Amino acid sequence: MTNKITLNMITCRSIKQGVGIEAGKTSQKYFDACSIIEMHPDDIRALGIIPNTNVKVTTPVGSVIVKAVVPRQAHYPGLGHIPMGPWANRIVSAYTYSTGEPCFKGFPADVEPAPDARILSAVDVVKDACGLLKKG
Amino acid sequence: MPKVIEDVTCPFCGTLCDDISITVSDDNKKIIQVRNACAIGAEKFNHTKEPGRITRPRIRQPDGTYRTGTYDEAIEFAAQMLVKSRKTLMYGWANTSCQAMSIGHEIAEKVGGIVDNCATVCHGSSLIAIQDVGIPSCTLGEVKNRADRVVFWGCNPAHAHPRHMSRYSIFPRGFFTTKGHKGRIIYCVDCRKTDTSNMADRFIQVEQGHDYELLNAFRTAARGEPLPDFIGGVPKEKVYEVVEELKTGRFGVIFFGMGLTHTLGRNHNIDIAISFTRDMNEFTKFNIIAMRGHWNVTGSGQVLSWQYGFPYAVDLSRRNKARYQTGETTSVDLLMRNEVEATFYIATDPGAHFPIDAMISSSKKPSVTVDPHISPTTELADVHIPVAMVGVETGGCAYRMDNVPIETRKVVDAPEGMLTDEELLTRILHRVDELLGETRAQWPTGAKGAHEAGKVAGGAK
Repeated sequence: MTNKITLNMITCRSIKQGVGIEAGKTSQKYFDACSIIEMHPDDIRALGIIPNTNVKVTTPVGSVIVKAVVPRQAHYPGLGHIPMGPWANRIVSAYTYSTGEPCFKGFPADVEPAPDARILSAVDVVKDACGLLKKG
Repeated sequence: MPKVIEDVTCPFCGTLCDDISITVSDDNKKIIQVRNACAIGAEKFNHTKEPGRITRPRIRQPDGTYRTGTYDEAIEFAAQMLVKSRKTLMYGWANTSCQAMSIGHEIAEKVGGIVDNCATVCHGSSLIAIQDVGIPSCTLGEVKNRADRVVFWGCNPAHAHPRHMSRYSIFPRGFFTTKGHKGRIIYCVDCRKTDTSNMADRFIQVEQGHDYELLNAFRTAARGEPLPDFIGGVPKEKVYEVVEELKTGRFGVIFFGMGLTHTLGRNHNIDIAISFTRDMNEFTKFNIIAMRGHWNVTGSGQVLSWQYGFPYAVDLSRRNKARYQTGETTSVDLLMRNEVEATFYIATDPGAHFPIDAMISSSKKPSVTVDPHISPTTELADVHIPVAMVGVETGGCAYRMDNVPIETRKVVDAPEGMLTDEELLTRILHRVDELLGETRAQWPTGAKGAHEAGKVAGGAK
């Protein structure tokens, strides 16, 4: 049986993400810092997986494969955090409520295990959505 | 012999630390050591050493791959695109100097572009609120020397502005704050425990998205009015206790971040935070400062404001007047409505930081990206023009998060033959002038504007 849970998502800065940006968007540091979802250990358990397993995060905008990790900063159950970056923005709605500001924080997302799915690189995750990624 | 350059300004975040010490090689080409910078700042300076840096423009070919081109080719493409497009989104500007912005705005005025900066997805909500209710603010120097009540609301400087706390807000000893951290009470309001909240004396955990209610309760408590038992998950006793403690301070300051600007309510969250600050001035001196992200996003707001009267999302497509309407002239909304004909991205990476639907729309338009490094945005562009890094390989003026201008410095030479943002934009401006001159010369008397007659610029896609 595949477990699926719904989390309240936020996307925030993290120092590793900042270092990754400066190391380069194609660097391993950036990939490791941003292609993750931080979840409470109880939520990871509820999915029936162990930490550092890939998961699929889905909203009405789209879905993205990221790695489920236990955060260093404390989380409470029900909250999910993907650091700001191309992975997070695959699931962020562009609706701005006439402020120009998309809804980066506070939207529901479904999370399900995807242990065999591959996480795309920063460039590929954007190209894939734009239909510019060459398959194969 | 290597030489040490003192008091270098760090071009990473809005804190603009100006005490960085950098050791460079005797030929002025390599950074050997970086001192005083945070992990992110050090990475930025050290990044110049990385091998494989792109030093010449890359031009997309029909099969989707890039070939190396010349600056002349790239400038010609950019100028042609800008002149032919009736509405070009010129977005970014947060990581370049004020001088470069000014030249960019001149281009936008001539070709009828829309100039927008990173505030649009960051502190744009704050700017709307400031336009609505004003802002009682101060400089970070005053915070260092006077503040004894410091509130971090919806921000996490331990991660986003790593030296903010040691230079201004928590630890430093100032003229009236001789006890440093011991003389201050630090508050952190957030939906989760963060590294900043671990350093705070009082942590107030608000339910995600309930900041407006809690700020409203703070205003109510400040006036001594009754409250419900829980507000946004916070017991009323805690609200009364915190507000009373804030009142006893001599100088208070609220730093707020994207925990307020990105959540539901957006500008209204800031609006009420500013109103609470104003209320607190009945009891003591209180200020509020936005934790601006990019190092010169404040500068872009400053330059746009003094030139056109608006801090971001300035639509110059009507030539003789500047328009600004959030939700209409803001980048994400423009892209979602498919309203722009071409995109010119400079000193930013919307590919990584815009919602994907906006980038899908952007990827279908002719596009030029000016950026020293490879990013998701450069990989969607028809032409990627690399430039020297401002604040590392060339100087320029920047504005700190408290609107104080600070000059950044050049510490090493850029790779040979690379243009700076200013040089590149000046050359594009000259070429745009030439093209517009040619177009005007072809008009019959009383002809329509070039952009009404012009066609959409053709990209390789």
